[in-house]
Amino acid sequence: MAISRAEVERVALLARLDLDDAQLEALTPQLAEIVAYVDSLAAVDTAGVEPMAHAVELHNVLRADEVRPGLSHEAALANAPRKDSVGFKVPAVLDG
Amino acid sequence: MADLTPLSAAKQRSLLDTGEVTSVELTQAHLDRITAVDDRVGAFLKVTGERALAQAAAIDKRRAAGESLGPLAGLPVAVKDVLCDEGEIVTCASRMLEHFRAPYDATVIAKLKAADAVLIGRTNMDEFAMGGSTENSAFQPTHNPWDLARSPGGSSGGSAAAVAACEAPLAIGTDTGGSIRQPAALCGVVGMKPTYGRVSRYGLVAFASSLDQVGPFARTVEDVALLYDAIAGHCDRDSTSANLEAKPTAPVVNEPLKGLRVGVVPEHYAEGLDPEVKAAIDAGVERYRDLGAEIVEVHLPHAAHGIATYYVIAPSEASSNLARYDGVHYGHRTDETAMHAELAAERKAAAETGDKAAIKKIDTALVRLYRKSRTEGFGPEVQRRIMLGVYALSEGYADAYYVKALQVRRLIRQDYDQAFEKVDVILGPTTPAPAFKLGELTDDPLSMYLLDLYTVSANLAGLPAISVPCGMSKSGLPIGLQLMAPPLEEERLLRAARMHEDAFGTAPLATL
Repeated sequence: MAISRAEVERVALLARLDLDDAQLEALTPQLAEIVAYVDSLAAVDTAGVEPMAHAVELHNVLRADEVRPGLSHEAALANAPRKDSVGFKVPAVLDG
Repeated sequence: MADLTPLSAAKQRSLLDTGEVTSVELTQAHLDRITAVDDRVGAFLKVTGERALAQAAAIDKRRAAGESLGPLAGLPVAVKDVLCDEGEIVTCASRMLEHFRAPYDATVIAKLKAADAVLIGRTNMDEFAMGGSTENSAFQPTHNPWDLARSPGGSSGGSAAAVAACEAPLAIGTDTGGSIRQPAALCGVVGMKPTYGRVSRYGLVAFASSLDQVGPFARTVEDVALLYDAIAGHCDRDSTSANLEAKPTAPVVNEPLKGLRVGVVPEHYAEGLDPEVKAAIDAGVERYRDLGAEIVEVHLPHAAHGIATYYVIAPSEASSNLARYDGVHYGHRTDETAMHAELAAERKAAAETGDKAAIKKIDTALVRLYRKSRTEGFGPEVQRRIMLGVYALSEGYADAYYVKALQVRRLIRQDYDQAFEKVDVILGPTTPAPAFKLGELTDDPLSMYLLDLYTVSANLAGLPAISVPCGMSKSGLPIGLQLMAPPLEEERLLRAARMHEDAFGTAPLATL
């Protein structure tokens, strides 16, 4: 399936990337080529095959519901680029 | 004293045990070696010399006091810069994490510390482990010790090169689609990807969570077994960890396997296989025949779809995992003043035209913060993989790409399950060709991806696999032979690899 520049722009927004013209120009043919290559999977007969999301198909690994030491508030905030004493700071989300 | 650094870890350990060498001397010898060669090799992003010497001195003191010591006591270990080591910077070779300080120890790091290893430094890698050349590091390329104009492979190229250049006897890497085995092959060392779930991923910075696995590098199979034993085992902080005992392999690794059935796969002799690599692999098959193994042809009919399957699943998982880098919690954040000015200018320009649709299209400040922080923090290959993954998971495409790839993944696994009914291990090339030149493939991502042909299937199927040296090309570059085994059969894999090593020898040492 051909992939257009408009589609690459749409994907960039979904991916939360901010690509300039030069990056979009470079990426569009590269992604098109890779997507054309992976399109070869369409030829594989997978009728009735259960998708395999994981090599070890474990489910519901549980443990006793006990309090354990975790990361302290301070340690969790230590790498934040902007913070105050209680949390992470972001630009205003709501106007006024 | 003769140079210690070319010795195997087992030999270094025996010199420590007999008191001929102290851990401080051994660590200093490796630090001196790093000083002598690493400006040319570029294996390390950071050498933690002071800490290593302090660890070594503490171990010497305990040894002198007659205390019992861990299995890696006093041995230098280099670690790929992708595992959290409390209080240390963990960059993943990315601008995004250039200043990120790990708040806790990865289980593998905690196990290395408990085994009394000396953590000598952090090795270079492709950014977030995405790549096969170590050229995607945001900080520096790593050079192949066999030919400095060539790539060491990747993504664990720094770890492979450090071991090949005798800067460390042991190193830790990670393997999502071949990132331990491929650089091991290209650098002439041994590297193993354990079974998915054998080694804890807790504290490993995630790339593709259903494929990532931590594993050992060394110059001998025995040393790989030693390091593997130290890091393997169940971890209750990784819910995908296999809740099974990982029996030590080092005590039995030198015992040959009787009646070994070695599978060879016609599909491995695909188009694009370098004739010198093919000849070296054929010679490896003959070595097993001479050792009394039975050589059995097996088929992996879906092997050819491995790369397409991998390059849907791995980027899909990566796009989800890397969504955490938002410029808010940790990692790079764009300059907010400049960002607000940019948004204000865009709003003003749009308002002047009166185009309501254009005004509506302008990002909110928070979305722009995410977008700019991520675009500035991630390099081109990481952005490419995120884009691929988001595309493959996006509305209208997820069934055609992601779900389809998961179905083919099961077919690939079933091929292996059927093959392993007839054979004990599967033998083939690790890479289609020896090391390529730095810069040769940087503008051609698909060609770079195609080099992963022989390695990705073990990750998709969750199998253990190892690369061992099996020859040298005419131009003096190492060639790797890959062995794969059924899930959880690391002991069999290592013993089979050791048999080959006994017949072939280890690769010679690179001259630097």
